[in-house]
Amino acid sequence: MKPEINEKILLQGLARNDKKAIESIYKENYNSVQTLIINNNGSSDDAKDIFQEAMIVLYEKARSGNFELNCLIKTYLYSVSRRLWLKKLQHSNRYTGEIVNIDGVVQVENDVEEHAQRDKDFETMEKAIGNLGEPCKSLLEAFYIQKKSMLDIAASFGYTNAENAKTQKYKCLMRLKKIFFSHYKNGNP
Amino acid sequence: MNDRNDLMMIDAIERYICGEMSPDERLHFENMRKANSELDQMVVEHTLFLQQMNRFGEWKKFKSSLDFVHTSLEEQGKIHTENSQGKSKVIYLWNRYKKVAGIAASIAGITAITLSFLFNSVTPTAKDHKVQELVKEVNTLKHNQRVLDKKIQSVDKGSQETSIAMDVRFNGTGFLINNKGLMITNAHVVKNSRNIYVQNNKGEQFKAFVVKLDVPRDVAIIRIDDSNFKPFTLPYSIRKTTSELAEPIFTLGFPREQIVYGEGYLSASTGYNGDTLSCQITIPANPGNSGGPIFNHNGEVIGILSSKEIKAEGAVFAVQSKYIYQAIDELKNSPEYQNVKLSSKTSLAGVDKSTQVKKIKDDCIFMVKGD
Repeated sequence: MKPEINEKILLQGLARNDKKAIESIYKENYNSVQTLIINNNGSSDDAKDIFQEAMIVLYEKARSGNFELNCLIKTYLYSVSRRLWLKKLQHSNRYTGEIVNIDGVVQVENDVEEHAQRDKDFETMEKAIGNLGEPCKSLLEAFYIQKKSMLDIAASFGYTNAENAKTQKYKCLMRLKKIFFSHYKNGNP
Repeated sequence: MNDRNDLMMIDAIERYICGEMSPDERLHFENMRKANSELDQMVVEHTLFLQQMNRFGEWKKFKSSLDFVHTSLEEQGKIHTENSQGKSKVIYLWNRYKKVAGIAASIAGITAITLSFLFNSVTPTAKDHKVQELVKEVNTLKHNQRVLDKKIQSVDKGSQETSIAMDVRFNGTGFLINNKGLMITNAHVVKNSRNIYVQNNKGEQFKAFVVKLDVPRDVAIIRIDDSNFKPFTLPYSIRKTTSELAEPIFTLGFPREQIVYGEGYLSASTGYNGDTLSCQITIPANPGNSGGPIFNHNGEVIGILSSKEIKAEGAVFAVQSKYIYQAIDELKNSPEYQNVKLSSKTSLAGVDKSTQVKKIKDDCIFMVKGD
C-alpha cells in the first residue's frame, strides 16, 4: 500500500474515533515527541499532555471534511507538539531561548490558535456541567452525550415514565444553558 | 402551564434540529419560525448550544480513547516512557504483588498493635526506671563534676558545666514577656529540640518555635505560634536594673506536671565562680525549673532560673533580667521584630503574695517541652 493512501485511511479512522487508527498513530509518533519535550525542560507527564493535545488538533482537522494534510502525519504532530510546548514554556516563563531539535517542522500556528479557542469552549462546557450537580449532570450526559433514549433514561434513573424524565431533563437543560451562556459570554466578549 | 409550553417548544426545536420531524410537521415549524422572531432566536441559540454539547461529547470520548491507547501501549512496552520507565515497572510489580503486600501490611499492623500494647503495659514500670536513670545520671555527673572540679578552678568557665544538671530533662519552664506570645526560657532547655510545645497550668498546649538562642548567657526567646493563643496584658514587668542582696524572691515552675511555687532570697550578685552574667539565689529548684522566672516582691521579673551547683546545697543561679533586654535589643535588628515591646508595667505591686501568684500562675508560666 502506498504511504499516502495509508495515511489517509489512518486519518479517516481518527475522525471516527477508531481505536486501531489512534493506536497506530500513537505508536509511531509518541516517542519522538517525548524526546523533544524531555530534551527541552519537560517531564514525561508533560510529554503525554502535549502529545495528546496535538492528537486532538489532528482529530479536529481530520473531522472537518475539507481537510488536506499536505505533509506527513509525523511532521504535523511533531510541529504542533513543538508549537504547543513552546507556548507552554513561554506561558510559565520557563522559556530559555530557542527550542532545540528543529528537524522538519511545518507552519501550524493557525491550527494551534483555533485549537486553543475550541479548548476554551470545551472547558467552559465542562465547568458548566460540573456546576450543575447531580442528578442533572448524569441525566444530561446520558441524553446529549451518550445519546440514550428518554425511555432508557427513565428506567435507569428511576423515573416512573418517560414524560417525568423529560420534565426533569428540561429543567436541568434550562439551568445548564443559563450557566453555560453566562460563562460563554464572559469568556468571549 | 407556561413551563409546559416551553418544554414542548424545546422538545420541538430539538426534534427539528435533529431532523426527526415528519415533512409536514417540519414545514409547519418552519412557517412558525418565519412568523415568530422569538422562536427563530431560540432555534439559533439552541442549535449553537447543541453543537457545543455534541462536540464536547466527542471531545471527551476522544480524550478517553487517547488515555486508553496510552495506557495499553505503555503496558505492552510499545512506547517507552523515558524517565517513567521505572514507574511503570513499579506499577507492574505492584499489581503483581498486591496480595503479598496486603498480607505483609496486615502482619506489620498486627505486630505494631502488639508491640504498642506491650509497650503500654510496661510503661508504668518504665517510668520508675527513668527516674532511677535520672538519679544515676546525676550521680555520674556529680562524679564527673568532682573530677572536673580541679580543672574548672583554673578555667573560668564553669557555668556551662553546672547547667548540665538541668539538661537531663528535655523540659523546663518558660514565661511570657509580652502580650504577643513572646517567651523566655533557658537556651539549654530548647537548644537540642526539633519541636517545641508549651503547656500552661490549665493544660492548654500551644506550638512554639525558637526565635533567638543566646547560648553563652543561656537565654532563649521562643514564640508561641498557635491560632488558639489569645493575647492578653501581662500582670508583671521585667526589671532593667540589678537587684539588691537579700531581696525576697519567688519562682513558679514545672519540675512536675503541676506548677510549683518556691520562695527564697537573692544571696549573691554574681553566679558560679564569680560569673557576672548571673546571680546566686537561694530557692528550692529541681530539674524542670530551668527557664522559670524569678519575681521580686513587686512582681517584677529579676532573673531566669537556670542552674544549680551540684555539690553545694541550695546554691541556685539565675540569669539576670537585664540580659533579657539585651537579647531583645539584638532581636530588634531583624525587621520582623523591630517593634517588639516588653511588658513594662506591673500591676502586682503592693498586693499580697498569694494574689500575685494567683494572677500569674495560670496564663503566664508555661511548661516548655521539646524533643
